Amino acid sequence: MKDKIAEKVLLFIALSAILSLALITFFIFQQGIPLIFKAGLANFFSVKWAPTRAGFGILSMIVGSLMVTIGALAVGVPFGLAGAIFLAEFSSKAIQKTLKPVIELLAGIPSVVYGFIGIVILVPFIRNTFGGPGFSVLAASIILGIMILPTIVSISYDALRAVPSTYREGSYAVGATKWQTVVMLLIPAARSGIVAGIILGMGRAIGETMAVIMIAGNALKIPGSILDSVRTLTSTIALELGYAAGDHRAALFACGSILFFIIIILNIIAIRITGRK
Amino acid sequence: MRLFLVISFIFLMSCAPNKCGVIIAGSTSVQPFIEKVAEHFMEENPGIVVNVQGGGSTAGVQATINGTCEIGASSRNLKPSERDLEIVLIALDGIAVIVHKDNPVEDLSVEQIRNIFSGKTTNWRELGGLNSAIIPVTREEGSGTRASFENMIMGDDVISDACLVQDSNGAVREIIATTPQGVGYISVGLIDEREKAVAIDGAQPTLANLITEKYRFARPFLLLLRDEPKGDVKKFIDYTLSSEGQRILGSSGLIPANQVASD
Repeated sequence: MKDKIAEKVLLFIALSAILSLALITFFIFQQGIPLIFKAGLANFFSVKWAPTRAGFGILSMIVGSLMVTIGALAVGVPFGLAGAIFLAEFSSKAIQKTLKPVIELLAGIPSVVYGFIGIVILVPFIRNTFGGPGFSVLAASIILGIMILPTIVSISYDALRAVPSTYREGSYAVGATKWQTVVMLLIPAARSGIVAGIILGMGRAIGETMAVIMIAGNALKIPGSILDSVRTLTSTIALELGYAAGDHRAALFACGSILFFIIIILNIIAIRITGRK
Repeated sequence: MRLFLVISFIFLMSCAPNKCGVIIAGSTSVQPFIEKVAEHFMEENPGIVVNVQGGGSTAGVQATINGTCEIGASSRNLKPSERDLEIVLIALDGIAVIVHKDNPVEDLSVEQIRNIFSGKTTNWRELGGLNSAIIPVTREEGSGTRASFENMIMGDDVISDACLVQDSNGAVREIIATTPQGVGYISVGLIDEREKAVAIDGAQPTLANLITEKYRFARPFLLLLRDEPKGDVKKFIDYTLSSEGQRILGSSGLIPANQVASD
């Protein structure tokens, strides 16, 4: 009897999670999709964003979101993976016990603090060293890269630790060095966990709003280099929702719908990669 | 359950607009200033609750027409289609073009500002400044400050896509204060010592110049009413226009309506 009740309660909780996802999806699409057809696909995927004058082009923001996300991965993945490998394979228990919590602490820093550090330190540094306005793809990529580090490190670390130690012993037994073991055995064996960490990090990067608004400059033009300012889909929603009414508001929901599609596509790709053993 | 419904119904009735105090809704630019006035007003009139909400000028106009609020707030003049409302001018808010304090440029013409923000002028050297790229900072689409700037300065030109975009006066000010090549526009009342306002066509955005209209770039802060104010609403309007209310607005950096040359 008790089992039955517990089962029903858990089922209800699981369903409520799915239900809220379905409701959110429905609401975003219901608010946003009609505008895409009203404005026309050609208008919607152009670069002219002037929503109070019937320009609903979001192409530059799609490009912006992708650039910033790829930039964040370019910074976060090498450092995150290297950190995870060091922690899992090359460090003593004592180092692991101190370093891992410290890295995980990074995840607890509010994004507005990251943004503030970006404005005060990183943006002037980039402006003075490389030129340009400083508020740039590069600044956003570096800050986002640091923000996704804890996700990538801790999930990759867990995946590497989960590889049975008999694998390592077997590898050493046939004469492989420690490095060869890591590259040829452990990383392929832990691949699905590592990719999962990267996907979660990517999700955070593409969805991050506050820090990006503060340091990306939010110019609408498609950036010509990584030193130019950039506007992401999430920034546009957060910047303009406060004032938006009518079609402008619908256009922001349409941005949300597109963001939703992008994330679904990324996830499908990720699942494909992890599934192909 | 039925009892609960009855109670909540009574609660709702008691909260019908005219009994639950005064609701002000509209411009987010007006909001912080009218909140200050409301605070003082409620201290002096403990029985009356004044509730200040944002939403934007357009929303304020709509809410006043629909009767969802007693008083609407707008930071722009009304369009011909919105003209049926009673309008009370409470203050003027100057819009200043600001640059970094180390920027040698002191004076710009409207034409030059227009060229900067439309992307035609891209180097400070062309304006008598240092040889460095201009980094213009604008406000987001839909902002009342941006709308006023477009009206008063840009004319038919469009603000370039290459401008950085920030979503508040404070954020624009922060960028200009830390970026030697930057230029932006904010409310006159919010300028501090970390950046400087340039003169436009020779006129500095000082209070004196704003009052005499030598500096022309100001927008009205309006309260909107459906019809003649009465009761608590009238009390609040009268208080806002009283010397005390006007002093509060003036000390927050606005030009109080009682100092504006009659127009």
